[in-house]
Amino acid sequence: MTTAANTQPPARRRDDARDDVVLEARDVTKHFEVRSKQGTRVVRAVEGVDLQLHRGEIVAMVGESGSGKTTVARMLSLYYPVTSGEILLQGRPVKSVWGKAAKDYYAQVQLLFQDPFASLNSLKSIRHILGRAVKIHQPRLGKREVEQKVLGLLEKVALLPAEQYIDKFPHELSGGQRQRIVIARALAVEPQVMLGDEPISMLDVSIRLDVLNLLTRLRDEDGVALLYITHDIASARYIADRINVMYAGEMVEGGPSESVIHTPQHPYTRLLLDSSPNPDRGIESDQGSLFDEVGDLGEPPSLIEPPRGCRFNPRCPFAMEICTTDKPERTEVSPGHWARCHLHTVGGAEQLRAERIQFGVPVEQVEAELAAVTGDDEPHADVETSTVALESQTTDRIGGPQP
Amino acid sequence: MSRRDVGEVLLEVKDLTVDYLTLKGAVRAVDTANFTLRRGEILGVAGESGSGKSTLTTAILRLQRPPAVTAGGQVIYHHRDGAATDLVPRTDKELRSIRWDQLAIVMQSAMDALNPVKRLGEQFRDVLQLHNPKMSKDESNTRAQDLLAMSGIPRDRVNSYPHEMSGGMRQRSLISLALACDPDLVIMDEPTTAVDVVMQRTIMSQVLRLQRRLGFAIIFVTHDLSLLLELSDRLAIMYAGKIVEIGPASELYATPRHPYTAALRDSFPPLFAPLKVMSGIPGAAPDLMDLPPGCAFAPRCPRAMPICHEQEPAFIEVAPAVRAACLLNQPEVVAGQPTIGASLPVAGEAPSSDDPEEASLALDTTPRDPGGWS
Repeated sequence: MTTAANTQPPARRRDDARDDVVLEARDVTKHFEVRSKQGTRVVRAVEGVDLQLHRGEIVAMVGESGSGKTTVARMLSLYYPVTSGEILLQGRPVKSVWGKAAKDYYAQVQLLFQDPFASLNSLKSIRHILGRAVKIHQPRLGKREVEQKVLGLLEKVALLPAEQYIDKFPHELSGGQRQRIVIARALAVEPQVMLGDEPISMLDVSIRLDVLNLLTRLRDEDGVALLYITHDIASARYIADRINVMYAGEMVEGGPSESVIHTPQHPYTRLLLDSSPNPDRGIESDQGSLFDEVGDLGEPPSLIEPPRGCRFNPRCPFAMEICTTDKPERTEVSPGHWARCHLHTVGGAEQLRAERIQFGVPVEQVEAELAAVTGDDEPHADVETSTVALESQTTDRIGGPQP
Repeated sequence: MSRRDVGEVLLEVKDLTVDYLTLKGAVRAVDTANFTLRRGEILGVAGESGSGKSTLTTAILRLQRPPAVTAGGQVIYHHRDGAATDLVPRTDKELRSIRWDQLAIVMQSAMDALNPVKRLGEQFRDVLQLHNPKMSKDESNTRAQDLLAMSGIPRDRVNSYPHEMSGGMRQRSLISLALACDPDLVIMDEPTTAVDVVMQRTIMSQVLRLQRRLGFAIIFVTHDLSLLLELSDRLAIMYAGKIVEIGPASELYATPRHPYTAALRDSFPPLFAPLKVMSGIPGAAPDLMDLPPGCAFAPRCPRAMPICHEQEPAFIEVAPAVRAACLLNQPEVVAGQPTIGASLPVAGEAPSSDDPEEASLALDTTPRDPGGWS
């Protein structure tokens, strides 16, 4: 439902917040060693990722499962040590993950977890859950002051009246309210950065927008920087100022949200956009549902032996010789919008604008394979004719024998 | 407007009611659900968690286990030869001949639905030989390979264990398994929530292709309304155990006649359309143990009138092929009621107050590429 038309559009960064890099990942790589009977193998989960989070900015990281987006978040939260590369907090490299250094780090960088049903201790009251976070980072506060802080946090996340919530237990709250508590707990230390790994995917669709709006408010009012990790590119566009796209452990494209959505510069981003549900396309346009034009879109490669060159090349309809040998360089296409794709260096990037791009196995081939199995050359021979007949019959069939 | 060829009536659900028996009394999880499904039709069922959509599907298949009990209603299945069976009073033994042969289900989590210690081929053989005991091992093996190939899985995967396959492949093999006995109706309960959008599109395209060739009907359950709008012929929207609106997908999208449908539709940020500030639905879904009087959605409804908190709306035909349960569609009730906000758009009119164009705050001032691909 729309609200007052004079409110700020959701995804607009404050202009004064440009050069304040709070958290940065510089060329970070994560390799996991997997030992098995065949010997030790290396999973190249994240490869050379650069990421900057500015003050008062929401950066989204999108990609399919296994693309390494969570691994990047875990490195940024010091949960995994980096294999190579650096993490910098306010320009200073983060060295230790232990003791005081870690505590100082978490005083500025906080995590938002995915599942609010798993991330809150069900035996403790909200007062305890939030109060503990306050006390750990501000041990000198008295009981009264802690309570004031907790009430302030509840107000911040719009759980009002705060007095009514402070003595509740997590089981008394709905999923959306619990996630607000999770956000309030992260805010208890007044962090500069929040790392949100799918913070809304466990919530009911009807309350997701409220949580997203809350996160944009924290950005605008408090200047908190947020890394928003999601597989849902539409929600990324809704709140993020910039969108980064990950594929098979590499960041393949990044730029201002609207620019990435409307003019994707990497074939994979295009595939992601083409695949995302979009009722406008299916219902309001004459094109009909895009399901009809899709064959088999393929799957991401194994990260144990990723493809040489560009990791997307086995699935890319534009793959050239060079794509199988050389890793594409980062090319800036428009201000702040870059992609790693040889189309931008060799030429041919205009193909990314084509009305339709055939990814993966074409539909004709899939149909043929299917015909070979079902033994039916014509798919349901009477479809063409009956659709016409159906137009007139539509109301009739549904109005049919209703109970 | 329909996108598919549909045939005779396949399933009639009449006043279906499912209760969960608890120590504190019965909780009504599905309340007098009514709808008709035709052969080859795709019906989408959408709603929040706890709205009863999964309970509805298990009740149709008679798969529910205590404490869930079917408290009333009928599920009338029309066989190919014209005979009709009410599934509700049938015993498990009688149902066995109908399940899988005629009614199949694709579960949400492939990892839980497949047996982890059996090769895929054996799991297919189990089903095939149970329903056709004369089938030899070789025949069933060939059939299993055919079925896998139907959903785009290489034939040699018949010798794989579930853990050797990707999540997308496992989900596809479940679809193959559901189709093993050539059913007339396949119920899909969130079959693609565990896979990413690219795989989701591959899987659903293949399902639609198979559906065109084999002609089965689908009841597709998910919370992802945006996917359903692209996919289904008709949509049923559930709230607090009730179907609150049902009708052609394009109708429900363009002209929702229940405020909950409109709110659910507007809970998804647009992919390409100009961005605007959106808000979800205030409040939370009601406790089924303690439903509010009148319309269950009234406490969250932006258009609730005083009477909504007293009188339960009837589920009536509000436009050709559309039924909804909202007092705003009953002019005789609305008359004299102070309304908050506008009334619902009338049939044929474009959506009024929540028209994205009207209320939009264009972020992107550049028009979309004229020959645009989007």
